[in-house]
Amino acid sequence: MTDDDHWFDEEAGPLVRPYAVTGGRTRAVHPELDLITLVVTLQLDVRAWPGEPEYESILRMCRSPMSVAEISAALKLPLGVVKVLVGDLIERHQVMVRSSRAPDTTMLQAVLEGIRRI
Amino acid sequence: MAIGRPEPSTRRAARGVTTTGAGGMLDDGSGPESGGVPVTAVKLLVAGGFGVGKTTMVGSISEITPLRTEELLTELSVGVDDLVGVERKTTTTVALDFGRITLSQHLVLYLFGTPGQDRFWFMWNELSNGALGAVVLADTRRLESCFPSIDFFERRNIPFVIGVNRFDGSPPYTVEEVRHALDVDDVVPILICDVRRRESSKSLLLALTEHVIERSTVSMG
Repeated sequence: MTDDDHWFDEEAGPLVRPYAVTGGRTRAVHPELDLITLVVTLQLDVRAWPGEPEYESILRMCRSPMSVAEISAALKLPLGVVKVLVGDLIERHQVMVRSSRAPDTTMLQAVLEGIRRI
Repeated sequence: MAIGRPEPSTRRAARGVTTTGAGGMLDDGSGPESGGVPVTAVKLLVAGGFGVGKTTMVGSISEITPLRTEELLTELSVGVDDLVGVERKTTTTVALDFGRITLSQHLVLYLFGTPGQDRFWFMWNELSNGALGAVVLADTRRLESCFPSIDFFERRNIPFVIGVNRFDGSPPYTVEEVRHALDVDDVVPILICDVRRRESSKSLLLALTEHVIERSTVSMG
């Protein structure tokens, strides 16, 4: 499984009314979700949402950690919509999320070493 | 150079600050799919005026073709031809281009280009929230286009470096001339670069990360 293992494609089509998929909800109940919050699938079971393919898409993508921004780009859904959907999956304990944390010296050194290697 | 950055008093006032996203939920890395391996995401920004090469830089160093994410903005506008008190909602889309660099098994770096238009300042709040630092790209043919970015990062105390992106035919100013024109602190690194080249973009990211580390060391005494 690689991070590029996106099984969906253009055939998924654009959503003309993006917030229809959230039932009109525009605010995530999880304000900690940001652009680089990593989402990881815990349970790939989509039976709870027949007819809601976006949840399944997210769960399939996030078998390896994927950021909210990447989910938004891949599904062509606005960030706000993705936050609502990921929030639903959190409530259902189907994903866990890892919010970005304040950098410490160890992390910054790891970033520096990592960039040197690329 | 004749051009100079306006005084802070004339700069745009700060907008509301978003809350930090350091929620502590489900954050223990012990989920079955993660194998207990913590992966941390960090974010750097690439800012500068329109057409200065932000997306080019992201593309030259990202391991994936730059992705685009969008946010919908709903603005309330009062139409002059409407009945008094009748408001109309308009929806605008803000696009963000970003790339990804896997730094290690445990660390992923995301590079976000900032939207250039002034009206999207609200998006800069979300972008800068949690960002380690920023590369501000400058084009010496229109240096003033990077003033708003510099102002923003100074005001937020976000570390940044300046990359003077060389375009064919751009005036050959020295780093000191650029520093003087931009009126930035002596400790802010300024590099001449060509962000079409991966090594050049890498140098900017290295300079930025070193600068971030220096600043954090100083602030910790």
